[in-house]
Amino acid sequence: MTTDVAVIGFAQSTIGIRDDSTTGGVEMLSPLFREVYAQTGLTRRDIGFWCSGSSDYLAGRAFSFVQAVDAIGASPPIMESHVEMDGAWALYEAWVKILTGEVDTALVYGFGKSSGAELNRVLALQLDPYLLAPLWPDAMSVAALQARLGIEAGLWTEKDMAQVAARSLASAVSNPRAQVCDDGASIESLLARPYVADPLRAHDCAPVGDGAAVVILASADKARELCQRPAWITWFGHRIESASLGARDLTTLAPLGPQGKPVEVAELHAPFSHQELILREALAPSVTGETEVNPSGGALAGNPMFAAGLARIGYAAQAIMTGRARTALGHATGGPALQQNLVCTMEGRQS
Amino acid sequence: MKKAAVLGVGQTRHRSKRTDVSMGGLCREAADRALADAGLTMNDIDAVVVGKAPDLFEGVMIPELYLADALGAVGKPLLRVHTAGSVGGATGIVTASLVQAGVHRRVLAVAWEKQSESNAMWALSIAHPFSVAVVAGAGGYFAPHIRAYIRRSGAPSHIGAMVAAKDRRNGARNPFAHLQQADMTMEKVLAGPLVWDPVHYDESCPSSDGACAVIIGDEDAAEATRQSGRPVAWIRATAMRTEPTMFAGKDPVNPAAGVACAADLWRKAGITSPIDEIDAAEIYVPFSWYEPMWLENLGFAAPGEGWRLTEAGETEIGGRIPVNASGGVLSSNPIGASGLIRFAESALQVMGKAGEHQVPGARTALGHAYGGGSQYFSMWVVASTP
Repeated sequence: MTTDVAVIGFAQSTIGIRDDSTTGGVEMLSPLFREVYAQTGLTRRDIGFWCSGSSDYLAGRAFSFVQAVDAIGASPPIMESHVEMDGAWALYEAWVKILTGEVDTALVYGFGKSSGAELNRVLALQLDPYLLAPLWPDAMSVAALQARLGIEAGLWTEKDMAQVAARSLASAVSNPRAQVCDDGASIESLLARPYVADPLRAHDCAPVGDGAAVVILASADKARELCQRPAWITWFGHRIESASLGARDLTTLAPLGPQGKPVEVAELHAPFSHQELILREALAPSVTGETEVNPSGGALAGNPMFAAGLARIGYAAQAIMTGRARTALGHATGGPALQQNLVCTMEGRQS
Repeated sequence: MKKAAVLGVGQTRHRSKRTDVSMGGLCREAADRALADAGLTMNDIDAVVVGKAPDLFEGVMIPELYLADALGAVGKPLLRVHTAGSVGGATGIVTASLVQAGVHRRVLAVAWEKQSESNAMWALSIAHPFSVAVVAGAGGYFAPHIRAYIRRSGAPSHIGAMVAAKDRRNGARNPFAHLQQADMTMEKVLAGPLVWDPVHYDESCPSSDGACAVIIGDEDAAEATRQSGRPVAWIRATAMRTEPTMFAGKDPVNPAAGVACAADLWRKAGITSPIDEIDAAEIYVPFSWYEPMWLENLGFAAPGEGWRLTEAGETEIGGRIPVNASGGVLSSNPIGASGLIRFAESALQVMGKAGEHQVPGARTALGHAYGGGSQYFSMWVVASTP
């Protein structure tokens, strides 16, 4: 792989209960497309490849991504694909497409209206359909079991989890598109709050919110032409773990990512506070004590399903594009208890 | 772009209800057959790509999370593609691109549907906010477009029945086909009930449980497979196109997305006269009349002329352009897998491994899939030489 590919544009919608948006995503996506076109100077006719991530079960209907195509204006016809996963995996597919040399630009989007139904229960349908899903273990309960296992193994404490939440909520104050933020919460006050699924408290769990994210990728020549400081992709990969919650150690993950030099900024997709602790271990030595983790506020400040992972990579890229960092890492997850994980590292270069 | 080839192909025996296997068992059956066909094991596979139509068809959200173990994907990258009915084809193309980009050496594609676990007609007909509910299923949606084709082309009314009888007879030559109807005739098709005018019962695809697996490898992997005495199918070109379901100017009879996709495909494959240069075509024909419609959309015939190829018997095995020698979607329709089956069957033809439904001497073949409201297209050309 000698072809260089870079992120050259990123936009993320305001996250929240979006009464102005349907499950098809068009209302949330259209303004974001305008934003990334303005950032890059591209128009829809300049885009070589389109790829999206979303879920029909979230939308409660078949083919929800078909409606999202209406946001593009796909006439004349476009080269387009879709993954039933977080948009981060659509970004991976687009990266591969650029590496083949077939196209030199790609627009990737993820969208999800998480508030359309009872998300916590809907996500139970991701589990083994014969042996587990019929019991309806909801997403918070599965995550709570994971958190409990780590606490009992002495890997982390409820206080460690509260510290993750407090830092995330405080960081989110400077992110106008976050769903929740709080720069005044002390660890003591957080620990005094009630459990929602022992040992998880409300701040340990990502809020339910609707949103979308868009990222533009370009090959080397296009990236230099269209972007002052492209976020060059230095490593991109992903992996799935066993679906059997009893067959894997839920408290650890085998090493993830390039296992290379430390990065300055890391955006980790951890929908539950303890999952950030698991990810930090798995991502060492890329993520160290020096690394600024989730300056956007992370998933605990806003987790639009199927867009939040893509947004993590977008925020990491933004840190490079704005000149705030020279190296950054974006992570996305999918499935229950961190079953599927994707890592993308990026760097800025002297032009 | 690096060269890529199909190293092995596997299918389940498609049936209306595979109650003998779970969803995982169904997918594993196809994957194991593909691995055996290529002389490989799961350890040789770098990544897995899964394709499937809407999750509501089985009632499982993102089922590949659960399938990871059955597919040997644990610890590896797994991608799930979903592009409506064209998904099987898109799965083949995404898998090919992972090899063409040089990211992986050998990738396993598995596409599947287990329609008996839920109800596809229901899943396709859910009313959703702010949209007109079609509540028609696929047949009711496509029948008016077929009527428009007949009116435009002046095709005689028996053409659809000819296609159906041919595909069902071809299916009887294919041991994996769901429907085995060696004695099907045009007369029998026309004598059956009219389901969606002008589509008779036997002019419609069945509802199937089934899976298809394809292993795609790079040049070195292909050479290793050839050294073990197994033929490979070289991927000459792939193409995908999308347009909106409905917009002013949409032509559902001859969609612009299909025309653009075919033009891109033929250009990349260096093909100037498809009917002369393609030896076998596996075209996604879920309702009989889509054979002449897609023959035109693909450029095998001029607009309005596709039915003449069908009527002259040119789409039979032995004709100028044999279409769906495998029996096609009209003989087996595990929806999410149907596109990949077209791609796999085109590979089998150029590998010379299609058995009773082999098109003699096939060296270059087309795999085709479409989906949504005739708006998603995915295609590839495979050949016996690189």
